[in-house]
Amino acid sequence: MVQFVQMLLAGTAQGCVYALVALGFVLIYKATETVNFAQGDLMMLGAFFALSGGTLIGLPYWAVILFAALVMAIVGMLIERVVIRPVLGHPAFTVVMITIGVGYVLRGVVTMVPGWGTETYALSTPFGQKVLRVGGAVIAVQELAVIGMTAALCLVLYLFFRYSKLGVAMQASSQNQLAAYYMGIPVRRVNMLIWGLSAAVAAFAGILLAPVTFVHSNMGFIGLKAFPAAVVGGFGSVPGAIVGGLIIGVVEALAGRYLPEGFKDVAAYVVVLIVLFVRPSGIFGETTMKKV
Amino acid sequence: MAQSMLELANVESSYGPVQALRGVSLSVPEGRIVTVLGANGAGKSTILKTISGIIDPQKGQVKLRGVEIQGRAPDQVVRAGVVHVPEGREVFPLLSVEDNLRMGAYTRRDPDGVAQDLEAVFGYFPVLRERAQQEAGQLSGGQQQMLAIARALLAKPQLMLMDEPSLGLSPKLTKEIFEIIVRINRERGTTILLVEQNAHMALKIADWGYVLEVGRIVMEDSCARLAEKEDIREFYLGVKAEGVRGKRRWKKKKQWR
Ligand SMILES: Nc1ncnc2c1ncn2[C@@H]1O[C@H](COP(=O)(O)OP(=O)(O)OP(=O)(O)O)[C@@H](O)[C@H]1O
Ligand SMILES: [Mg+2]
Repeated sequence: MVQFVQMLLAGTAQGCVYALVALGFVLIYKATETVNFAQGDLMMLGAFFALSGGTLIGLPYWAVILFAALVMAIVGMLIERVVIRPVLGHPAFTVVMITIGVGYVLRGVVTMVPGWGTETYALSTPFGQKVLRVGGAVIAVQELAVIGMTAALCLVLYLFFRYSKLGVAMQASSQNQLAAYYMGIPVRRVNMLIWGLSAAVAAFAGILLAPVTFVHSNMGFIGLKAFPAAVVGGFGSVPGAIVGGLIIGVVEALAGRYLPEGFKDVAAYVVVLIVLFVRPSGIFGETTMKKV
Repeated sequence: MAQSMLELANVESSYGPVQALRGVSLSVPEGRIVTVLGANGAGKSTILKTISGIIDPQKGQVKLRGVEIQGRAPDQVVRAGVVHVPEGREVFPLLSVEDNLRMGAYTRRDPDGVAQDLEAVFGYFPVLRERAQQEAGQLSGGQQQMLAIARALLAKPQLMLMDEPSLGLSPKLTKEIFEIIVRINRERGTTILLVEQNAHMALKIADWGYVLEVGRIVMEDSCARLAEKEDIREFYLGVKAEGVRGKRRWKKKKQWR
């Protein structure tokens, strides 16, 4: 029982990271109908900026988060403006290939930057190796922090999308882009800001993941797990991405404990198959068709 | 005639290789209602899209109060005071009615004015107040049309472009919507360019009418006189001509040029 709770927590914490990367997928997909396969690599780049923010500039942990999110927001907007916008209107396949290319480039660039390279780094956090003993359970403070910070970010994003003019406009232009144009919403700028937001969320995810996998140029492959998370939630649903991420994190942790070696790595895809079989549009799949 | 709010001069627009407008010139005086009649595919919607910046014309000028606005981005056109109520409503289906209305005011920076206009549109369309918190996608077609008009009003336009507001509505609702269009014009002084298939209604409320055929204006006149013309009566008002012509009508081609 105690072990089960520990495992549930570890799985949830890991699921939070999947959830945030999946959230990035979904935001961009809803806005531009583009699946951004570079999302995991944006996360990786964000983690590297956080690393340098801490070691080079000497920022404290909280400032590191803001710094990495800000820098990545700019990177995300630049990517949209420079490589994505010019190919919009081309077949979806072209755009997807370009995002895959962007991922390769980001990984390549990181290995060329002095001080980053192909090494593995530890990102220091105020939580370190601290543990909390509750009853017989040993709980890593790190895991609680990841869960807490993810919850806080989700709350902020919820309030932003629900109540701010820009947030509602982002929803509006992803629901009906043509109507957004008619209402004078600068759709292109809004889409650029969504790329910025997604990249910032990715940076946040990278920082949360860093204590688990450390920071290295291939840490972005976790996107391969976050993608099923987005699909499970119903690609195109923000709450779905969160729930999907958590489900996959927890299932993975359980599979790692109770199933034979190797099941852990395919667990995410098994979940996808089961969910899609039962509910083809995903857990939170929207039935309303999007226009334009 | 009053000062001109909108002026189109020899506007040509295309969708790729398909030329939809072949040199359209028209003028909308300030404070008036002007209508463009035309069959399906004549290019009515294209005129409105060209004005609102959704598509850019290849040739010609679009002038708003004498200032050329052709080729501007749609949000700049809205800021200049022109709002387009598109064909087929185009609401934001998953946003609440109220959020839809707020998006209409996206370009505005005067919260007090927006609050006033919100009250004003609830006055025109009380049903929208009742449904303010409901998702727009759950409204009926007629209610969505009301929402589309109300949302456009929140941009505080000087000129409203309306594309077939009666499409798919019952005759009763059509009448109501047209009454409100007239009220908007009279009470708020909003100039209106109205595109309609329902020529009956359009000719009744508009001051001046243009007839568009395959991308060209083929006739213009006051609506009272247009309503008397035989061609118009026959092709847009569905009034059958009598005698020999009536029998041979299937052969006769529309010919105004
Ligand atoms: N998106 C498009 N792509 C290509 N051609 C188009 C497009 N939209 C319209 N057209 C063409 O342009 C011409 C004018 O279309 P438009 O929509 O302006 O007609 P309309 O007068 O509004 O017709 P309706 O009464 O059916 O709404 C038509 O020949 C149409 O086929
Ligand atoms: Mg049309």
